[in-house]
Amino acid sequence: MAKKVLVLAESRDGALRNVSFEAIAAAKEISGGGEVFAVLCGDSVQSLATELIHYGADRVITAENEKLANYTPDGYFQTLKQIIDDESPEAIVFGHTSLGKDLSPRLAARLESGLISDVTGLEQAGENTVFTRPVYSGKAFEKKLISDGLVFVTIRPNNIAPLEKDESRSGDVTSVSVDIKDLRTIVKEVVRKASTGVDLAEAKIIVAGGRGVKSEDGFKPLQELADVLGAAVGASRGACDADYCDYSLQIGQTGKVVTPDLYIACGISGAIQHLAGMSNSKVIVAINKDPEASIFSVADYGIVGDLFEVVPLLTEEFKKVLV
Amino acid sequence: MNIFVILKRTFDTEEKISVSNNKISEDSAEFIINPYDEYAIEEAITLKDAHGGTVTVVTVGDEDSEKELRTALAMGADQAVLISNEDLDSQDQFTTSSVLAAYFKDKEYDIILGGNVAIDNGTGQVGPRLAELLDIPHVTTITKIEINGTTVNIERDVEGDLEKIETSLPLLVTAQQGLNEPRYPSLPGIMKAKKKPLETLELDDLDIDEDEVEAKTKTVEVYLPPKKEAGKILSGETPEQVKELVSLLRNEAKVI
Ligand SMILES: Cc1cc2nc3c(=O)[nH]c(=O)nc-3n(C[C@H](O)[C@H](O)[C@H](O)COP(=O)(O)OP(=O)(O)OC[C@H]3O[C@@H](n4cnc5c(N)ncnc54)[C@H](O)[C@@H]3O)c2cc1C
Ligand SMILES: Cc1cc2nc3c(=O)[nH]c(=O)nc-3n(C[C@H](O)[C@H](O)[C@H](O)COP(=O)(O)OP(=O)(O)OC[C@H]3O[C@@H](n4cnc5c(N)ncnc54)[C@H](O)[C@@H]3O)c2cc1C
Repeated sequence: MAKKVLVLAESRDGALRNVSFEAIAAAKEISGGGEVFAVLCGDSVQSLATELIHYGADRVITAENEKLANYTPDGYFQTLKQIIDDESPEAIVFGHTSLGKDLSPRLAARLESGLISDVTGLEQAGENTVFTRPVYSGKAFEKKLISDGLVFVTIRPNNIAPLEKDESRSGDVTSVSVDIKDLRTIVKEVVRKASTGVDLAEAKIIVAGGRGVKSEDGFKPLQELADVLGAAVGASRGACDADYCDYSLQIGQTGKVVTPDLYIACGISGAIQHLAGMSNSKVIVAINKDPEASIFSVADYGIVGDLFEVVPLLTEEFKKVLV
Repeated sequence: MNIFVILKRTFDTEEKISVSNNKISEDSAEFIINPYDEYAIEEAITLKDAHGGTVTVVTVGDEDSEKELRTALAMGADQAVLISNEDLDSQDQFTTSSVLAAYFKDKEYDIILGGNVAIDNGTGQVGPRLAELLDIPHVTTITKIEINGTTVNIERDVEGDLEKIETSLPLLVTAQQGLNEPRYPSLPGIMKAKKKPLETLELDDLDIDEDEVEAKTKTVEVYLPPKKEAGKILSGETPEQVKELVSLLRNEAKVI
């Protein structure tokens, strides 16, 4: 049965986030040939709309309003609610991002609908779409479906492949004006800490350091390796708590959840809260001087040794083969 | 101030997990207060110390959840409420938040604190869902909160960036790691907790019709990931290991 599907697209620093393209691909599958339309909110987002069509959206609705410059639950809620009332979608897909996690439950409560969060895969089973999601800090998985009413899901970044970009695709871009009433929470200031470069959640390769890195300077060899590989640098809570790096680099249950093709863990012991954020990575390399460290239990390749010796050698070796 | 904490009893995911009959096996599992809810309890007690009032912890769970409620009382909460879910055939986040909303309907509350996510089911839905059902604002993943009168200043973690928010009471917030360091229950705290009020409510007491809160989602399968083959621990002199690793990543894993 063909479904009409709404995708909430997100932008950051004036560019669309990859997870929005992945959400379009998920929506296409859920739609079973129905229509997929993307919604884009902000103070100035019009110019981004066509890219969503190139990635497979059939059309785009933009909502521009100065009150949407920063995300607030009320501003986005009112906007989405208005569009949902007008369009009556049968399914909704958000990214499982900070914004998606904050807004989707509130909207689901108002729509009296189920919501399946943090989806990493989907498949069709007869009339239904069945969604896979990790549970128990990534130690197990469950398959779920919505048994009643609206299909509403959030998808984990970097798990569902986007469609090939095709600039010949075309579709309507329309804008709606929203009358945003009283905002009960006001964003006074946003202190940017996350480094600009590669978004950790979307990085293909991550070099991560833990308490074993021993100092702020200790991150330098990791950064050099990352530069050679075009990778992003991440960290464990241990390294953040010890002030070796900023919390914005933290990977894990409390930090970013990542699924790169390659994750290189240096001086990280592998606590469950850390594994919850990276154990889905396609290939994991562990470098740790303790052969008993639990990180080795999830690693595909391990080197037992001193990271300060191993990492610079790795950088040199990659430099040689990657020229 | 009327301060409430919504608390979940969860599996300790540091423990080994096994699956039987399409369910995570509860035999020999360890249960704990969801770690993020400990931050919420600690913050509730701190707010009470600063502003006066009472701290009430509320959970929807089975009778065993009394243990986690007693721990919260031992930390310093004043009273606890256990809403029994034993009459429910199915329960998802829609159910849990609807049951909690029915409880809060006729209560006076200034602030409700919860965890940002439960470590077992891990959706982070219950807080914002409840706020919507109560028609109050919410702020998730908070790392700092200051209340002056009815004005509330909050810092929250947004994917590593820090957002400063101004809002007002009544309010629901969810705790992120970094908000505080939860205290351990003291021995006198544990003794006192035994005498603190713990009320048990049935769904009937809240005028809830089970059909109306029936889950909207269905779990069709629970499984453990295929056992990963033991990773390859390289051997030899370090430079040889490094060469081998680079070659494996390029030729075997094909990720570079
Ligand atoms: C509620 C809660 C949420 C949490 N959330 C997160 C989270 O999101 N992310 C997270 O990472 N943690 C999280 N934690 C913390 C987690 O439990 C661990 O404490 C943390 O991950 C440990 O960091 P680490 O591995 O860097 O440090 P350690 O456990 O101290 O490990 C350091 C490792 O470095 C190795 N080492 C030392 N020197 C060298 C060297 N020269 N060369 C090679 N190896 C070396 C050691 O053998 C050791 O294995 C959370 C905890 C709680 C309670
Ligand atoms: C008998 C039984 C059957 C179940 N069947 C299903 C099922 O079919 N489908 C399904 O999805 N889940 C099922 N569950 C799981 C349960 O419904 C969810 O775990 C619960 O709704 C909370 O969702 P969450 O774990 O995602 O919490 P989150 O939304 O991640 O929790 C965030 C915060 O909300 C608060 N909170 C969460 N749960 C509670 C609670 N129970 N009481 C008070 N505060 C709470 C806490 O502050 C917590 O930190 C079942 C549970 C039981 C006991």
